[in-house]
Amino acid sequence: MLQPPADGRFAPPPAVAAPDLDPMRTVPFRVAGLHVDNEDTFTLELTPPHGYQFAPFKPGQFNMLYVFGVGEVPISISGDPDRPGVLVHTTREVGAVTRAMRGLRIGDAIGVRGPFGSSWPVEAAEGRDVVLIAGGIGLPPLRPALYHVLARRERYGRVMLLYGARTPEDMMFPDELAKWRAMFDLEVHVTVDRATGNWRGNVGVVTPIVKRAPIDPRRTVAMICGPEIMIRFACQELARRGVSPQDTYVSLERNMKCAVGLCGHCQVGGHLVCRDGPVLSYDQVERLLDVGEV
Amino acid sequence: MAPLVSAVSRTADPFVRTGKRPTLAVWKFASCDGCQLTLLDCEDELLAVAGQLDVAYFLEASSATAAGPYDVSLVEGSITTTHDAKRIREIREMSGKLVTIGACATAGGIQALRNFAGPDGGPDVTAYAAAVYAHPEILDALPTSTPISEHVFVDFELRGCPIDKRQLLEVVSATLAGRKPQIPSYSLCLECKRSGAVCVMVAHGQPCLGPATQAGCGALCPNFSRGCYGCFGPHEGPNMPALGDRFAELGVDADGWLRALRTYNAYAGPFRKEADHVERTRS
Amino acid sequence: MAVRRLEAAALDALFGALRRRGYTLVGPTLHDGAIVYDELTGTAELPIGWTEVQDAGHYRLARRDDDARFGYTVGPYAWKRHLHPPALRLWRAERDAEGGFELLDEPHDPPKVAFIGVRPCDVAAIAIQDRVFTGGAHVDPDYQARRERAFIVAVNCTEPGGTCFCASMGTGPEARDGYDLALTEIIAPARNGQRAEPSYLLEVGSERGEQLLAELGGRPARGDEVADGERRLAEAAGRMGRALDTRGLADALRRSLDNSRWDEPAARCLACGNCTLACPTCFCNTVEDTTDLTGAFAERTRRWDSCFTQDLSYIHGGPVRVSLKSRYRQWATHKLGTWQEQFGTSGCVGCGRCITWCPAAIDLTEEVAAIAASAQARASRRQARVAPSPERGTEAGDAAATR
Repeated sequence: MLQPPADGRFAPPPAVAAPDLDPMRTVPFRVAGLHVDNEDTFTLELTPPHGYQFAPFKPGQFNMLYVFGVGEVPISISGDPDRPGVLVHTTREVGAVTRAMRGLRIGDAIGVRGPFGSSWPVEAAEGRDVVLIAGGIGLPPLRPALYHVLARRERYGRVMLLYGARTPEDMMFPDELAKWRAMFDLEVHVTVDRATGNWRGNVGVVTPIVKRAPIDPRRTVAMICGPEIMIRFACQELARRGVSPQDTYVSLERNMKCAVGLCGHCQVGGHLVCRDGPVLSYDQVERLLDVGEV
Repeated sequence: MAPLVSAVSRTADPFVRTGKRPTLAVWKFASCDGCQLTLLDCEDELLAVAGQLDVAYFLEASSATAAGPYDVSLVEGSITTTHDAKRIREIREMSGKLVTIGACATAGGIQALRNFAGPDGGPDVTAYAAAVYAHPEILDALPTSTPISEHVFVDFELRGCPIDKRQLLEVVSATLAGRKPQIPSYSLCLECKRSGAVCVMVAHGQPCLGPATQAGCGALCPNFSRGCYGCFGPHEGPNMPALGDRFAELGVDADGWLRALRTYNAYAGPFRKEADHVERTRS
Repeated sequence: MAVRRLEAAALDALFGALRRRGYTLVGPTLHDGAIVYDELTGTAELPIGWTEVQDAGHYRLARRDDDARFGYTVGPYAWKRHLHPPALRLWRAERDAEGGFELLDEPHDPPKVAFIGVRPCDVAAIAIQDRVFTGGAHVDPDYQARRERAFIVAVNCTEPGGTCFCASMGTGPEARDGYDLALTEIIAPARNGQRAEPSYLLEVGSERGEQLLAELGGRPARGDEVADGERRLAEAAGRMGRALDTRGLADALRRSLDNSRWDEPAARCLACGNCTLACPTCFCNTVEDTTDLTGAFAERTRRWDSCFTQDLSYIHGGPVRVSLKSRYRQWATHKLGTWQEQFGTSGCVGCGRCITWCPAAIDLTEEVAAIAASAQARASRRQARVAPSPERGTEAGDAAATR
């Protein structure tokens, strides 16, 4: 079992901002790449202004991205933490800011603040089995953890990715998924809520997959990201199978305005999701998620 | 009536991208023109407005008009005649973004009092018409005054009687930039407290609709030691029965509470429901 | 540092000494039927001979029969207004020709302000906001600049108000630290129909405060004078208008998220947010990104926000806290419970503003006590179920606990 420190938080976020720096000031990065992933999701590659040193990120952390004149939203980092020269963000178009983001062109500016928040426990999980569970747009925030683990594959036991999407067309990173599925030391189980076209795989939500997956509860560290309802069911299923809530990590989504614990928007009980999260262990949030509207 | 979706495609692309100046039209329905005047009152900003927009149709400002379609339509006033009910559909067809401005357009206005004028509390315009016009029979008025959103799809509703100038500029700026307008839907009390006014309800024992009213005016009345009249309509989630109880504790009887609710935003959901309830339980 | 005794005229000397050091003076004064904190030009603008009557949802000014300068408690606004302004532009940016933009400098250069008449609860509240804005990994530079330039003249409370409960929260009626200077106003009874001028006991809390001493006059206080001040403060602690039992409270609240007792305040709550904005520690704020009409300039503004708005918890698809009950619960449990986990202190100082300035007259102390009692009852019910005594079965235990 992973040992959280005395204050109850697993990975206290590093102080990325120098004390004299205004954490609300955004830095204009440039769009170096823009890929449409599927109907309503897209990936941005961002490069910093010349000579600007930005802090390396840890898997699971997020940035605040600002489109000039439109607004700012928190977006998790979906790129490879071992390639810190470029920031990769994958998101879904859900509002004015993400819509404007999708309309950006190569060379356009986009403001970046970050990286912020806690991270997936990839280092503490060494020597253990790693089970990544993603729902829909929850895969991008988990991808850096998978990159990290695959780059150090020998340090981990079994590595598993359980992924559920609405339809085959909604799957994130299909090319990479195919590549991952072909890897002999990575088990990938995929399901869709609704089969379309010539889909021959699993149909249904991700919970039954969690139920069936060859998990050794004592060796497992689980990392889960997706819609909150899916997170709850997956966590409950893991708990039923004997995976400790302290070894089960979830990434929560809440409204974030400042991203540095000063605005109060992202509270979930005693946790400020921007500061103490977004990655929290299930034992920290289980009761809060069960009550609802917290 | 279900909102109708316009045939004109509403592009997601902000206008700043397209290079051409977007066209603006300003339309009037049953109203006092006060909200259009707010636009004219943007003296310092009008040059910038004119620089960013082609004002293609704005009779209050100029009789010169250009034919549609228009990128942005601002609509003042409520629907009170069959002719207007038809005209708003045509305007919707011609408009990219349609923004309603003011209590008449967003809630039916003071003229929506006719919606409760009947003996059963239902709509009736005949008594009002007879009281005002020498020959009421020449009128072709609907029995109700209704907000634009009951007739067509509305992209954004800007509240107020009249609307607030800064909010209008914000909606226009946001529409041009393709962003969500920073128009709060929370209680007036937030603005009141930010402004530093002393709460008239707590410190003076005055009834005030502020705790149920949407922010936007900058807490004008409380800053002059007056209770709020609810010009900006109900906020995102008012607790009307609780405020009614509080009014009663401050000495306002059921008639007074009803009068407070039935003004410019009488037909707006929460105000309407509470007033209906008061009427039902009073008799 | 020994306690000093000052005459009423020393307040003028204090104002002068602070002004000579470049401070703008902000302190209590009458405005629109209340005692608010505003800029002061002289001691005559203090609410001399005024007090106020406070109760849930109720505030009225009243005359005193003496000339006390500080014969009242706290007004509608807390000092956070001067440290964490209701609206603040964080930055401006300008679009450039290459599809980029540049941030324009927004200097954090606030004036030096002397806060006159900060009550012990508010001194504690400032310390709490210090932890929020400057105690973590990320510091709010504007708050920090204002805070460093603030001079705090505390005034201890010998006459608590109708909604005060600082004694329960351990923040008053005497300020223990966090001030530059602290005064205790001593009002002598009238003699031969003549009102006596108040005198003051002065304590020094900082080097900055000590540097002013020579300009204030006065003399070392005698032992009986110090004892008199202590007696008055001790008596004040026993005369609080409200009380809150904080033992085990945070834990009780943590266990009470699903308690149906929250329905009661929710039924009366107007979702107006007044409690949060009147509160001296509530810090929630939002940022608004706007543009001008030309689209060439953008700016970011920070504004006071409230957990009673739906927008505060909005994520795509809707707010997390939809029901009024969940929002009231969030406020109360944060203030008196989870604040501890977030910032290491309680979020409540017992100033009573949320009670007085609630237009629906909801009393936090009453609601929270009811929740805690209900949690207590539930806990004993559970205990009774786990270990039923031979004499009294589980059902009897349940009934006893419910009563």
